[in-house]
Amino acid sequence: MPTNDVKLLGAPASQYVNRVQFALNLKSIDYEFIPQNMREKSELLLKSNPVHKNIPVLLHGDKPICDSLVILQYIDEFWFDGPSILPSDPYDRAIARFWAAYIDDKWIPFFKELTTAKDEESKTALVEKILEGVKLFEDVFVKASKGKCFFGGETISFLDIVLGCYLGWLKAWGIQLDVNFLDESKTPALVGWAERFSSDKAIHGIIPETEELFRILQIILSRAADAASK
Amino acid sequence: MAGDKVVVLGTYVSMFSMRAQVALNEKGIEYEKKEEDLANKSPLFLEMNPVHKKIPVLIHNGKPVCESLIIVQYIDEVWHDKNPLLPSDPYQRAQARFWADFVDKKVYDCGRRIWATKGEEKEAAKKEFIGIMKTLEGELGNKPYFGGEDFGYVDVALIPFYCWFHAYENFGNFKTETECPKLVEWAKRCMQRESVSKSLADPHKIYEFVVSLKKKLGIE
Repeated sequence: MPTNDVKLLGAPASQYVNRVQFALNLKSIDYEFIPQNMREKSELLLKSNPVHKNIPVLLHGDKPICDSLVILQYIDEFWFDGPSILPSDPYDRAIARFWAAYIDDKWIPFFKELTTAKDEESKTALVEKILEGVKLFEDVFVKASKGKCFFGGETISFLDIVLGCYLGWLKAWGIQLDVNFLDESKTPALVGWAERFSSDKAIHGIIPETEELFRILQIILSRAADAASK
Repeated sequence: MAGDKVVVLGTYVSMFSMRAQVALNEKGIEYEKKEEDLANKSPLFLEMNPVHKKIPVLIHNGKPVCESLIIVQYIDEVWHDKNPLLPSDPYQRAQARFWADFVDKKVYDCGRRIWATKGEEKEAAKKEFIGIMKTLEGELGNKPYFGGEDFGYVDVALIPFYCWFHAYENFGNFKTETECPKLVEWAKRCMQRESVSKSLADPHKIYEFVVSLKKKLGIE
């Protein structure tokens, strides 16, 4: 299959879409980015992901692949001669998948809950849970990196991508709530990792600027407030 | 591998524990099943899954692996030379992962709402459940298994729910066989495999378990 027959249906501010962009860059795969309007879903999106009607969708030739973690593994397995995204040892893979599931099923949803949190008490409780998660990531990083630059060691890997995609939103939320989620005094190793990850050439420029994410966050929050008052 | 020590911490009723057992049985791996009392969690259990404190946990030579689908993939990768569960083609693998993830996100929650709610909520849950089963039936098509000719990853992910159907059907007042005959045919085909029939719980015991759980939780 020609490598230039790769299309990505997505939106620039979606962290899940950004994950796929990181992976394609790491493997040096050229692709066409087809921006999607999620409030008016295109025929192409509905045809390519009829079950969830969601982004990202990778179109490889005429074959759609959905769900960011599924796409990452597909990219790694199809373009197996590029740098590896998943670790090679089955146990290390299980650990990486475990933390990816925690990030997607527990940690990122805390932020979603924040958009509809009604009072200060519930917001504070959610912030606590988020910070507990960050502390866990610090421990995981120290263990997994073994003193090297990334969760994957010398090179960026699955868990770097799965967590790193949220760094922009983490900053935007930090401004919104006046909380420093990545505090050098509390999670120094993770702060170092975040800087190295964000400046890597495969990663840099993909995540929108914090001001842009903050602006989008205001829209999200105001829509949530409108929906709640109905 | 000779000298491997494999333990599954789980419970008799958990469809998630059953996934791990089916996978190990498919590979012909000897293992010890430890029944965990979730009301009285053992120190071993808390040590092996400190983050979620949930079963199943696979302990392979002392190292814990958590989350049932992650466990199944681990089993498939370690014992990769026997009965592969995931196909070798990257696109087919992606499809298998997608559908196993679909099962994970949809079936348990919806099934639970059938027995844990009443009135309109229960009716809605029942309709949703049948919808989910029809979607899965569509994906199965005319294949003998979700994996195609061979029993595979998605089959492992879904089949343990079959022993819970009797409970869902009783509480929801419907018959899966009427709504999705091809899916029930598939389930019966899977039950012909010893790896599956040895691992699944008795549907009547599941039903009794739900009855007593409802009492404990104060749900009518």
